[in-house]
Amino acid sequence: MTDGSTFAGFQATLLRVLVPVALALIVGGLILLVLGKDPVGYYGYVLERSLLRWGGAQETLTRMAPLLLIAAGLIVAFRAGIWNLGGDGQFLLAAVASAALAPVFIGILPRGLTLVACMLVGSLVGALWSVIPAVLKARYGVNEIITTLMMSFLGTSLANVLIKLVLRDPDTTVPQTRSLPVDDRLPRLFGTTIHGGLVLAVLTVIVVHLMMTRTAFGLKLQVLGANRAAAVHAGFRVERLILAAFALSAALIGLAGAVEVLGVWGTVRADWNPALGLLVVPLVFLARFNGFAVIGFTLFFSALMVGGESAARRVGVPQHYVLVLVALLLLFLGIVEYLDQSRRKSGTP
Amino acid sequence: MQALLTESFLVSLLFGAVTAGLPLLLAGLGEQISEKAGVLNIGLEGMMLVGAYTGFVATYHTGSFWLGFLAGGAGGMSAALIVLLLCIRRGLNQIVIGISITLGAEGLTSLLHFVQFSRSYPRLAAAPVVVLPALGDIPILGKGLFSHSPLVYLTVILVATLTWVFRSTYFGLSLEAAGNTPAALDAAGVDVVRTRSCAVMCTGFLAGLGGAYMANVGAGIFVPFITSGAGVIGIVLAMLARGRPLMVMIGAALFGASLAMTTALQVAGIDIPTDVVQMLPFAVVMAVLVLFGRHSMLPPALGTPYVRGER
Repeated sequence: MTDGSTFAGFQATLLRVLVPVALALIVGGLILLVLGKDPVGYYGYVLERSLLRWGGAQETLTRMAPLLLIAAGLIVAFRAGIWNLGGDGQFLLAAVASAALAPVFIGILPRGLTLVACMLVGSLVGALWSVIPAVLKARYGVNEIITTLMMSFLGTSLANVLIKLVLRDPDTTVPQTRSLPVDDRLPRLFGTTIHGGLVLAVLTVIVVHLMMTRTAFGLKLQVLGANRAAAVHAGFRVERLILAAFALSAALIGLAGAVEVLGVWGTVRADWNPALGLLVVPLVFLARFNGFAVIGFTLFFSALMVGGESAARRVGVPQHYVLVLVALLLLFLGIVEYLDQSRRKSGTP
Repeated sequence: MQALLTESFLVSLLFGAVTAGLPLLLAGLGEQISEKAGVLNIGLEGMMLVGAYTGFVATYHTGSFWLGFLAGGAGGMSAALIVLLLCIRRGLNQIVIGISITLGAEGLTSLLHFVQFSRSYPRLAAAPVVVLPALGDIPILGKGLFSHSPLVYLTVILVATLTWVFRSTYFGLSLEAAGNTPAALDAAGVDVVRTRSCAVMCTGFLAGLGGAYMANVGAGIFVPFITSGAGVIGIVLAMLARGRPLMVMIGAALFGASLAMTTALQVAGIDIPTDVVQMLPFAVVMAVLVLFGRHSMLPPALGTPYVRGER
């Protein structure tokens, strides 16, 4: 392949991403216009609040950490052809487990060890919560969409039950776990409000991307994702691969929960559920399961969330409008991809 | 324990179970039609939410509950139209488009609600109730099961009708074939795309209807995100029912009862976190799957677009 064609390929990819983004912003703007809001003012405010102001930019970057880790988990599962839609349960249970253990560990272990131990526990809890769907899928072929969704419901309820009945901090009125002192949370980066979880998350996404595309294990998972029968014929131990992909995916999502608790909140309140599990799915698809592209989309989405929440108070557009933009983005991505494919098909004789 | 057996407790439990279970039943039946035809509607939640919104707005402005139900069904169908155009006609990924429908519906309905009502949540008048003759006079059961919105009785009739449609009509068998071996259906001269399109529009209508019932009759108000996972439960019910409408009804009753149980327990003065009771149906279903779920229960062609001549 010559440099020219690589460049053309890159250009085409960029175009396939930028066109849907532009269309989503335009149609979203039209919706705002119809509703009597000022789209230019809204977008301008979101951009300024979330990226151009230093405080907002720090918030945006901090918000990226859990999104990136969840995305890493979804990349593993989706590339292996596994629909892990139970991210919310895995995330929350891991968050609760690490929030419950952190204040205990900090009394007996040094800070660094406490944080690492809690992140490991979080990953383990996430992975454990995927065992039943994984075994049912590997052994009996039970559809994992339904089982992961159900385990997610179970997990979010169980997290609440644990907080309200078992782990409740007796000193607070609202049920929540004992909180980890601010000084013992994940270290901040260079005097900013961004915590070290962001670095971990970025590195994890890159490592996962390389693992999926450059290692034998990753390629085996990709074969499994493309065609299970082919994986069986190639002599792979398919059941083990499914279990491994599921466990790794859920462990990464669990890690996201632990990092969010150890880096930002220090505690989990009852009924807290950021519901990021399904929100990240579109981002991973937009990025076509590519780890580097995921970083870009996560930044975009994180900025929209931070700016959108603030715009709800300032500009009078509810923050859920961001969801409309994401949905439009997905729709246009699908349409552009379809048009692109049919153009190529008709182009070849 | 004495308090659990009082009439008011049992009535509120039964009445609540029907009220909470009906939207699940409608959505589950809708999803079942799609799944039979090989279409996976992950956007069911979004269809319900759009139906809840359009249904509420229609009833709010006209005062008619029937118009509300119709508008809800139409709202659900408008969301289903996206699935029809992009997934069935164009073969785009059903799960991705489904998720985007749900996200978009969540955003759009809260946006529209905000623009119209700002932060106020107007309440509708109580929905009219039809007490069934004779049955309505039975103690406890009469007030709990036989004094509901007419839509409840119509839905029960629908369960029977669908059982018959699936088993013994041309359309029902076409649906089944579209999910199992679409190529064979095509070879038999039936348009797969049209069969699936019909199925998806039915799904949209029923899910929207369920959403409208949820907002107008169940809650009496519309709040953003009102469906809060009902669509997902609908998908679960449809997948567990293995194509049998009666099983959807039993499942919806189970889930409805557990949702109603928390309110009923509060009526009885027993304080227990709602989460405990809400876990029960999922725990039961998972246990059943682990113990007996030994084979796949979905049509082979589920989720895959049909392209003539392609394998």
